[in-house]
Amino acid sequence: MWNVFRAELTKLRRPSLSLSSIAAVTFVVGLVTSLLFLLVDSPEGNGERGVRIGREVLSLPDGLSIGFSNSAGLLGIVALCIFAAQTAQEYTYGTLRNLLVRQPSRMKILIGKLVAMKLFAIAMVTLAAILSIALSYLFAGVKDVSTVAWSINDAQMAVLRTFINVLIATIGYGIFGMILGLLFRSPISAISIGVIWNLIIEGLLSAFITNIDKYFPGQLLSIVAQGGNDRISYQYSLFTSYGFLVAAFIIVAVLFKKRDVAN
Amino acid sequence: MSSPLALDVADLSKKYGDRMALSHANFEVPMGSICGFVGPNGSGKTTTIRMLLGLIKPTTGSGHVLGESITEPEKYLPRVGAMIEGPAFYPALTGLQNLTVLAKLGGFDVDSIQKLLEIVGLADRGDSKYKTYSLGMKQRLGIAASLLPNPKLLVLDEPTNGLDPAGIQEIRNLLRKLADAGTTVFVSSHLLSEIEMISDHLVMLRLGKVIFSGKTSELLAKQLPVIVAKPSNTDDLNKLVKIAKDNGHDAKIVDQNVHVTGAADYSAQFNKSAFDAGIILESLTPIRPSLEDTFFEMTGD
Ligand SMILES: Nc1ncnc2c1ncn2[C@@H]1O[C@H](COP(=O)(O)OP(=O)(O)O)[C@@H](O)[C@H]1O
Ligand SMILES: [Mg+2]
Repeated sequence: MWNVFRAELTKLRRPSLSLSSIAAVTFVVGLVTSLLFLLVDSPEGNGERGVRIGREVLSLPDGLSIGFSNSAGLLGIVALCIFAAQTAQEYTYGTLRNLLVRQPSRMKILIGKLVAMKLFAIAMVTLAAILSIALSYLFAGVKDVSTVAWSINDAQMAVLRTFINVLIATIGYGIFGMILGLLFRSPISAISIGVIWNLIIEGLLSAFITNIDKYFPGQLLSIVAQGGNDRISYQYSLFTSYGFLVAAFIIVAVLFKKRDVAN
Repeated sequence: MSSPLALDVADLSKKYGDRMALSHANFEVPMGSICGFVGPNGSGKTTTIRMLLGLIKPTTGSGHVLGESITEPEKYLPRVGAMIEGPAFYPALTGLQNLTVLAKLGGFDVDSIQKLLEIVGLADRGDSKYKTYSLGMKQRLGIAASLLPNPKLLVLDEPTNGLDPAGIQEIRNLLRKLADAGTTVFVSSHLLSEIEMISDHLVMLRLGKVIFSGKTSELLAKQLPVIVAKPSNTDDLNKLVKIAKDNGHDAKIVDQNVHVTGAADYSAQFNKSAFDAGIILESLTPIRPSLEDTFFEMTGD
């Protein structure tokens, strides 16, 4: 498994993937954090689905990490796409047969990939945290949001808590991507189904049907990133979303173990 | 039977839907040999190789690789190098990085990669991305990857596909060298002519069935020499066939010539019989058909 992990890192380190991941994380965090501050006075709202987050909230100790936690849903989509592609490509490139000749234990391949994905997610979320904090300070200056409370201990604890929650969410989306990649064995189908499911099906249905997001793993993961909300608790979101993911992962892992590798 | 076997399969089959991709195959490959695995496209070579490497499960039968059952590939794969169904690598990684991925995965020495690139003639292109490689370079990288474990058994699926004659010759030389150093080589091709001269063993497939398995010399022994006779008057073709058959030799007409089965020492007598029958022969040439022809003779093509 350790060998699989090291081999995976060699693939994940390639400049084309690192640079495009950095670009995607920068774009997502930049968009969410800048809109959060720049639209603070807009009646249309500055948070997800038109939620208004006013100056008084932004200037609380937690205000420093709101941009970061609000980015989690889109960061998750980025992670989903990357890991759906990383997994499905082994089939379309035909490289899976090489991997399995060098490491016949299919479970070790899967777990090594999972661990490498987690490390990649840590790097993504770290970058997102740094960018979001820097942008929060920058735009707070622009929009006259008080940052006094951001330097107290509570603010640092909030950032740490948010970091862990966003990481749990991002890894959840990464697992979601790997499940789709293993199931569909083609990056295009895995990514498009993942994006359509999360943004369109989950996103639209949750906007129109109250409380349906209680049953959607993607929605629940972004609630995990926010530490729970007033309708759905943190614990419920965490256990339900990971319950779905673990069950689905076990099913695809069994399929992966049994299925002929004939391409 | 006494020499140890690198490979053996018994009653091995694979069914995809209704089609038997491989049907009740039996063959053995002795340790230390170069074994050619020959059959037209779609005859089941890749399917067999996938079963030998634990990638797909047989529908019936069993097999052993380096003395271990194919149901436990983890016991022998660390000593096996393989290229299956042509080369497959990550296009965005360089040749060197692609080999690094596989070396790390197998727990092999990453420092040996440069030497392998030299062996296959890619030393100066190791830092180029795989997607910029020509088909021949891709094949060479595939062969380099298969050499990573310093294998006891090398399984190569159509390694000469897409290579020019010089490239094919290089691969043959490399395989000969590896075999001389003690590696068993199991190499597939859809063209017998590409591997017959280096193979001391052959397994031949057709439509999923093994039609020959044994020493190349045994197949050579089945090659019947032929005398090609060309009469000056084509009306005599049928008479010549009758003369040969009366003398107990098989004969048939092939484009204005008569092909008579028989060794060169029969040609003098055949010439005399034709002369006695008043037939003038323009030419009379004993030939040895290629293995390819013998192969197709056996398979009825
Ligand atoms: N994954 C698969 N699903 C269905 N049929 C297959 C599959 N792989 C191979 N076949 C069929 O099995 C037969 C043998 O194929 P293959 O082993 O690839 O032949 P070869 O390598 O000798 O060209 C062919 O008829 C092919 O169409
Ligand atoms: Mg083939």
